[in-house]
Amino acid sequence: MPTVALNYGTVKSGIGKKLSDDELKERIAMLGTDLESLSKESIVVEVFPNRPDLLAEFGFIRALRSFIGVEKGLREYSVKSSGLSVNIKPSVSKVRPYTACAIVKGLKLTDEKIEQIIQLQEKLHVTHCRNRSKAAIGIYPSEKIKYPITFCAEDPKGVSFVPLGDTKPMNGLQILSRHKTGRDFGHLLEGKEKFPFFIDAKGDVLSMPPIINSELTGKVTTSTKEVFIECSGFDLDFLKELLNIIICELADMGGQIFSMSLNYPDKKIVTPNLKPVAMKLDEAYVQKLLGQKVNIKECLERMGFSYSNGTVLIPSYRVDVLHPMDIVEDIAIAHGYENFEPELPVISTIGEEARIERFRKKIAELLVGLELNEVTTFSVSNERIQNTMMGQKEKIIEFSNSKSSEYSALRQSIIPSMMEVLQLNAKNEYPQRIFEMGAVFYKDKNEETGVREDLVLGVALCGKNEDFTRARQIIEHLLKSFNLGLKLEEITDTRFIPGRVGKLLVGGKQIGIIGEIHPTVLVNFRLEMPVAVFEINLGTLQAQLK
Amino acid sequence: MDIVKSLDASERLVLGALKQSSELKDIINSTKLSEVEVIRALQWLSNKGLVGLEKSETRFVELGENGTRYQREGLPERIMLNCLKDGPVSADEIPLSQEEIQVSIGVLKGQAAIIIKGTKPLSFELTENGRNLLNKRTLQEQFLNTLPRGEDSLGPEEKFSFQNLMSRKDIIRLVERKSIKVELTDAGKAIGPIGAEKLIGRVTSEVISSFSKQTPKSTFKTYDISSPVPTLKGASRHVLYQAIDYIRRIWLDMGFKEMTGRMVQQSFWNFDALFTAQDHPVRDLHDTFFIKDPKNGALPARELVERVRKAHETGWTTGSKGWQYKWNEEVAKQNVMRTHTTVLSARTLASLTPKDIPGKFFSVARNFRNETIDWGHSFEFYQVDGIVVSPNVTFRNLLGYLGEYYRKLGYDQVRFRPAYFPYTEMSVEAEVYLKERKKWIELGGAGMFRPEVVKPLLGIDMPVLAWGQGLERGIMEHLNITDLREIYSNDLEKRRVWYK
Repeated sequence: MPTVALNYGTVKSGIGKKLSDDELKERIAMLGTDLESLSKESIVVEVFPNRPDLLAEFGFIRALRSFIGVEKGLREYSVKSSGLSVNIKPSVSKVRPYTACAIVKGLKLTDEKIEQIIQLQEKLHVTHCRNRSKAAIGIYPSEKIKYPITFCAEDPKGVSFVPLGDTKPMNGLQILSRHKTGRDFGHLLEGKEKFPFFIDAKGDVLSMPPIINSELTGKVTTSTKEVFIECSGFDLDFLKELLNIIICELADMGGQIFSMSLNYPDKKIVTPNLKPVAMKLDEAYVQKLLGQKVNIKECLERMGFSYSNGTVLIPSYRVDVLHPMDIVEDIAIAHGYENFEPELPVISTIGEEARIERFRKKIAELLVGLELNEVTTFSVSNERIQNTMMGQKEKIIEFSNSKSSEYSALRQSIIPSMMEVLQLNAKNEYPQRIFEMGAVFYKDKNEETGVREDLVLGVALCGKNEDFTRARQIIEHLLKSFNLGLKLEEITDTRFIPGRVGKLLVGGKQIGIIGEIHPTVLVNFRLEMPVAVFEINLGTLQAQLK
Repeated sequence: MDIVKSLDASERLVLGALKQSSELKDIINSTKLSEVEVIRALQWLSNKGLVGLEKSETRFVELGENGTRYQREGLPERIMLNCLKDGPVSADEIPLSQEEIQVSIGVLKGQAAIIIKGTKPLSFELTENGRNLLNKRTLQEQFLNTLPRGEDSLGPEEKFSFQNLMSRKDIIRLVERKSIKVELTDAGKAIGPIGAEKLIGRVTSEVISSFSKQTPKSTFKTYDISSPVPTLKGASRHVLYQAIDYIRRIWLDMGFKEMTGRMVQQSFWNFDALFTAQDHPVRDLHDTFFIKDPKNGALPARELVERVRKAHETGWTTGSKGWQYKWNEEVAKQNVMRTHTTVLSARTLASLTPKDIPGKFFSVARNFRNETIDWGHSFEFYQVDGIVVSPNVTFRNLLGYLGEYYRKLGYDQVRFRPAYFPYTEMSVEAEVYLKERKKWIELGGAGMFRPEVVKPLLGIDMPVLAWGQGLERGIMEHLNITDLREIYSNDLEKRRVWYK
């Protein structure tokens, strides 16, 4: 989840009410943002992904002001027409079909404010815009632009400009290979014949979304009084919401919002649209879900909504409200989670343990009775331990994207896990007798996932007198406890000493394997004591019980 | 306690012998016991306050294997010196090993006692210094003849010889010897002569069968019941599974039914059924293990898939506007390692029939995340999941169940903070207060399933309370450990026990 750093002084003075640091901390947490740290310099908060409007200082102050009751209800933002326009060429339809734009004037920018704007833009890019794959935001000093602007797609080799933070002009392709941001996000334009560009009426390139602005017309400084903002991407509604989050932040900084006409090849629209969205809310539904009476109107106003007669007006920057349930949550937050009294309902149901878990507990009880220690190992393993170390070549199920080669596949047997535990205990006293019940995995077309998962029991005995006989005594003791008999059938298996390995059969069904581990395998695990093991499938065994 | 009755045979013998002599050798001789038995008996007697023991450790300089021989035959350099007495001699005429000759050359050349006469074959001749040495014993030789003796008796010159010889191969050794000074205490002295009366030690079957009322009570040897006994090593379940069973029991006691299920799940169940948009970051390669082969699993019944698709795209009939994007069935087929056991709750919801409602379900099981392992993270971890499906449950009930669970786990103070999960509204983070450490810790997420989750799976909208609480963090707190990896430790010498 994204964290944002807010200026302590700005927040303290912006919320319009004196709060001690402890009160501030507590209120921030109860608003639904994780407070990471609070000092006289900065407040660092973790913002949940459903609230991109809280990713900058003024959006955050706006929410907190309402929440603590300083300025309740819906915030109105006035929009004047700028009379300026952006022309969208048909050529963008295949590469980046949409943009939503606005102008904000009358800004008194400081370095700190510019930092906040950049932070907002970057955090939105990473989270809400999914690393720019869904949409990208451009902010430009309007004074340097000659309107109207054209949004078009061109052959990248034919368009050159100086990318932000650089000194030499490069064409579109060169930016992807030479400029850092170009390399980071180049994959988003990879394979496209034409790249999208914003170009002004003088022919100056503003930017090449979603990669980079130009140095000439795309750098906001403290002398910038008005800015042009564009959001470009693939879903017009999404872009409009995104634009609203940014311009409301700029308006809260003291700016005045101006709309623009967007001339699409097939239609003409005006953005932004800051009109609140209306949603019906059934009061009975709210009370029933919460289980407690709350003052709905008061709560909603504390969350920046307005409410009358069953209708909620949702501010345009609140992009997270999909369902009335989302509003109910805001009501609960405003009421304060701490003000809901926990209550256990009377719902009569019968507790029931899963059958396999009951079996598992019984097996553990019997084995601990034989003085075997239970261990716990991971189901995730790797090719080396499963095959190389065990001296076999079985097909195992691998992950396509593991971060570590150590944890890159699923085990198909619990025996290697047992061997790893023994290796770990090589310095400890012998004999060592261990067991675990865990999952093993192998391919099976009949399963809905194509992967069969079995719960198996692995037992390993290690020490100078531990051998096949002891291992067999243990499995026979287990089976006898369930009134089952055992048959053995010799097999060959490279993991074991020839002539000391066999299949375990119960009621004619194979339930597992037993044997003494081959010394070459012992050497691989750096063990200097003999090891006898067995592994049985608990599902198959349980099926034999009746 | 009558002390005499607590004495066993060896203690009696040793106590008797002590009246004659307190020398260890004498005791061994007169009792005919082994040294180990005598020392053990002395220790017991000392525990009972009858004997005073003063143990001391002295370091002794002793002869090594070579030293013993050299003390008899002379040091190699002396043998070499003697061989050269009558003029130059070649190396193979000297009755020493190759190694000894090398050492001797070093020692003698160091004293300018010999010169190399020729190299093929290697031969030597005495110098004037060498001749003078012939009839003089060196300090090392003198020292060697005084051994063995205590280290603390060494004079300054002898210390030099000691260092010198220590650096050579197994001539001398420094060993620690324990010596014991034994003395009868007043209580010990007060005990008169002890008869040879036979006391009953171990209660054998013969003792039992021959036991009759005539046998005087005093015939049992009594024990010093407060003296220490050797430790036992028993076997146990792993502490992790002990904790899991404890937690399972809590939910079973509250009437919950246990859910089990696959660890490999189709993305459909792990994500889509839980209204997690297909471009949500959690579905990133960075966070989730994807299966290479079989890459895809089968989707469930068409009708269910369609409902989930519509819920994502437009909200279907749930009253939601949905995520407003094109849902891709292929993405939903991808097999992943389940990232949360909430997937079992989703599957359970999809399997319920009207007679199963109201229903309460739980699971305590493993989940997977594409993480590298460190003190606080693991690629495998447990989650404690639960759902309550009932037409009348409320947000307050959610807090009620969580509060009760943590109360049963021993936390008196629980609080709830707003949180966010894609599949719940009224999303909650539960925190408990640690009294000793005076701080709140987060233990897990919870909420009420969104209608976009419930209606497609269950067929109707209904309040569903849901939670997925962490397990390891709580165990770490209880066992007072700071590294998660310790929970998964399999060191057989460090077994832990879970008890609350």
